[in-house]
Amino acid sequence: MTCSEFLTLLDDLLDGTVSSETRAELQAHLHNCEHCEVTYNTTRKTIEIYRSHELYELPTGLRDRLHSAIMARCKKVC
Amino acid sequence: MSRGITGVTVIMPSLEPAYPNAGATRHGFLTRDILFPILIWFSGLPSVTLIIAEKVRGRDESVEFSHPKIMSTIQPIADEFEQHPDMALVERVRGGDLKAFDELVRKYDRQVFRIAQHITQNREDAEDVVQDAFLKAYEKLDQFQGNAKFYTWLVRIAVNESLMRLRKRRRGKMVSIDEDIETEEGSVPRDLADWAPDPERNYSQSELAEILRKTIQGLPQGFRIVFVLRDVEGLSTEETAETLGLSIPAVKSRLLRARLQLRERLSRYFRKNKGGEK
Repeated sequence: MTCSEFLTLLDDLLDGTVSSETRAELQAHLHNCEHCEVTYNTTRKTIEIYRSHELYELPTGLRDRLHSAIMARCKKVC
Repeated sequence: MSRGITGVTVIMPSLEPAYPNAGATRHGFLTRDILFPILIWFSGLPSVTLIIAEKVRGRDESVEFSHPKIMSTIQPIADEFEQHPDMALVERVRGGDLKAFDELVRKYDRQVFRIAQHITQNREDAEDVVQDAFLKAYEKLDQFQGNAKFYTWLVRIAVNESLMRLRKRRRGKMVSIDEDIETEEGSVPRDLADWAPDPERNYSQSELAEILRKTIQGLPQGFRIVFVLRDVEGLSTEETAETLGLSIPAVKSRLLRARLQLRERLSRYFRKNKGGEK
């Protein structure tokens, strides 16, 4: 497997949507290619970091205010 | 084109436009969920590989789907018809129960706010989008068919409202999810330096949040929205495609490039002997 072939399947490997046979091929490539191993590990970490850090929290006060406004507008169109 | 005697490979053009305007109705009714059973039945073979290819801005893009057994194709379709818990709330709202809508708002307001913030990159606009998106969902609830999740339908409204808000801020200038995506950056990894172990520990929570915000804001909009829906909000590839009016190959292509671009940009902060030197 070449690095380009690995790259085209990187997303499927990250998402766990590859067959066990393809996974074994990808892992064999990772074992022998430091560049792809770094790309795989750091891309996986990138996704993990964005999933685990909420960048735009909705503060309780704002949430309550928005909620009241939404329900008031909905009542008007009832 | 055949592959061995146990399967068949079919190469076909995409049946949907690669980059329709956001919110545009998708064309074509032949999805792969429909095609796989037909192809398997006609070929009499237990395996079918479907390669959907399309030309996107002069570039050939393709994606391969394989289904080894017909049952694996039928099962997801059956699952789609199982009623989602939100449908009970939706039915109550349709029956005039405003409290049920109150529950739906409480359930999804944070997600809608996050998506709106990621697209508009403006707090006031995001607040307006949350209000407008829920109001529109309430008004148009009769148009919700129930063949998609209520959440996916709501996200589609929120994305469209966010793009409209951006357009207003830019004084009517057209805004679409195709914006700025013609970039080669991220197609091939360049910065191959490994990261420090747990690199986020080298920064305070507020510093890290700022880095993550700045980094994702720098992505082309068409990549950022796909990444947010797929990797942050957890929509499936199919749901993301449906929500944005994109083909599945286009979503997959954008997601890969978004992930690689983000990785490349974060490497500036997280690479070994970098974060520790601050």
